[in-house]
Amino acid sequence: MEKMRVEGRIWKFGDDVDTDVIIPARYLNVSDEAELAKNCFADIRPGFATDVAAGDILVAGKNFGCGSSREHAPLAIKAAGIRVIIAESFARIFYRNAFNIGLPLLESVEASLGLSDGDKAVVDLAAGMIEGAGGVFPARPIPDFMAQLIAAGGLVEYVREVKIGR
Amino acid sequence: MLMTITEKILAAHAGRDRVSPGDLIEAKVDVALANDITAPLAIKVFGEIGVEKVFDIDRVVLVADHFVPNKDIASAQQVKLVREFAREQGLTNYFEGGESGVEHVILPEKGLVLPGQLIIGADSHTCTYGALGAFSTGVGSTDLGAVMATGEIWLKVPPTILLRYEGTLRPHVGGKDLILHTIGLLGVEGALYCAMEFSGSVIRKLPMHQRFTMSNMAIEAGGKNGIIEADETTLGYLAERTSARFEIFRSDPDAHYDRVIDIDVSGIEPQVAFPHLPSNVRPVSEAGDVPIDQVVIGSCTNGWLEDLRDAARVLKGRKASPGLRLIVMPGSPLIYKTAMQEGILETFLEAGAVIGPPCCGPCLGGHMGILASGERAVATTNRNFIGRMGHPESEVYLANPLVAAASAVLGRIGGPDEL
Repeated sequence: MEKMRVEGRIWKFGDDVDTDVIIPARYLNVSDEAELAKNCFADIRPGFATDVAAGDILVAGKNFGCGSSREHAPLAIKAAGIRVIIAESFARIFYRNAFNIGLPLLESVEASLGLSDGDKAVVDLAAGMIEGAGGVFPARPIPDFMAQLIAAGGLVEYVREVKIGR
Repeated sequence: MLMTITEKILAAHAGRDRVSPGDLIEAKVDVALANDITAPLAIKVFGEIGVEKVFDIDRVVLVADHFVPNKDIASAQQVKLVREFAREQGLTNYFEGGESGVEHVILPEKGLVLPGQLIIGADSHTCTYGALGAFSTGVGSTDLGAVMATGEIWLKVPPTILLRYEGTLRPHVGGKDLILHTIGLLGVEGALYCAMEFSGSVIRKLPMHQRFTMSNMAIEAGGKNGIIEADETTLGYLAERTSARFEIFRSDPDAHYDRVIDIDVSGIEPQVAFPHLPSNVRPVSEAGDVPIDQVVIGSCTNGWLEDLRDAARVLKGRKASPGLRLIVMPGSPLIYKTAMQEGILETFLEAGAVIGPPCCGPCLGGHMGILASGERAVATTNRNFIGRMGHPESEVYLANPLVAAASAVLGRIGGPDEL
């Protein structure tokens, strides 16, 4: 796994954050992740893209990443600097996409409720433990297969190593 | 072992006798699809994986439909990249220009998707083809790139929610209203990770295009797929479009379902989804006085010929409200041509409509009908998220084509009964 421990500022969002607000369609005429990152959350949280720092943590409520299958959404978040997303639940295409590109996700109702915007938190990805100002919160363990994807560095590396044997 | 239709199709494609919800499988893919937004990233991933050729040049389908006709230089570059890849690889199914339309309308129309198949598309509305009795779901570009390289995908077998629709449909109520009502009932994450199986006597009587509309919006309830068993209606639709062979799967009568939901349709009015979630539905009679600036009729949800006929029936001899922009986008060139031959396009023009080319355009706030701040649109599309059709302070209300057409005449949200 790229980095098992993440420490950073919390950026908190609500329920049902869709991929249209993560990266509005008008910015999808490019695929370059650094370009995409500049417009991450442009409509609902202007300033996010400039203020977020490498290593920061995104915390959200239910059904994070619902809507369009655009992989540009997790790419934009990852390229902006976010190292892990913690939410009560994730929409399924977003869930696949994030792990496929090596961006880990943790599901934790307790952390979603207990962590506050602007606070610092420490996340132990392997143990699935999240420590913030409001306490220590357990997350659901990352499923074995998804952990393998993260360990390999994403689906591309996994397919190269496991399926094609390069 | 008793299985649902979704489980049977997944088992067959994984080379297994049976699968159960929660099983992780490697499945063979029959059709892999991407569009001008998702294909460029998938092609990059395909290159990184490092194989020379796609797994099957007849089974990788690329459709330029989102930002075409190219809306700006960056979009033109993306389409160019996709076009060149399709040529290099010798893909038999690359669609652009006058051969292209909304991907989820084009593929069924050309007989490229069939019952019993496993279809993977880098577009969330790939679930549309579930209406043919196929397992069909959306993924991102990396997944699609890997499918193009290997012809396989890992999937987790989903639990199935059985939705049974019984009763008698009221006037002006169809597949769009049934699915909006269902999303309202379940919520936008009510079917998260689940298969949705639509059944019951109402579904059996539903015409093909309205079945597509229902399966199309399964994703708006969080569903992995939205499937309808193939029947005479399905076979009739396919007979006009393909001679390809296929296998029909059906759920075992006593298959295990995670949930069974019975819906009596008799009381359901035409539905309108208010901003900013597709689950935020109200009956049209309770919409209140909501003045609107734009009406969009089209998309992978309601860009079918029958949808245009519905809208034209309402608009015949009437005019769009002064100052209101009425935009009609037929789903495919064939639908466009047939609508022209039937005189439907003339009806739209006389009503004051702008008729756009077959593409996704305004649905995702791409081009050809973007909203300014404070503007409101009624659309036959599938999403009404913040900023979906333009400015973050604009609003989208989702409805069926009859309600959309009536609203265009009224200048506010309303049904055909009010005309």
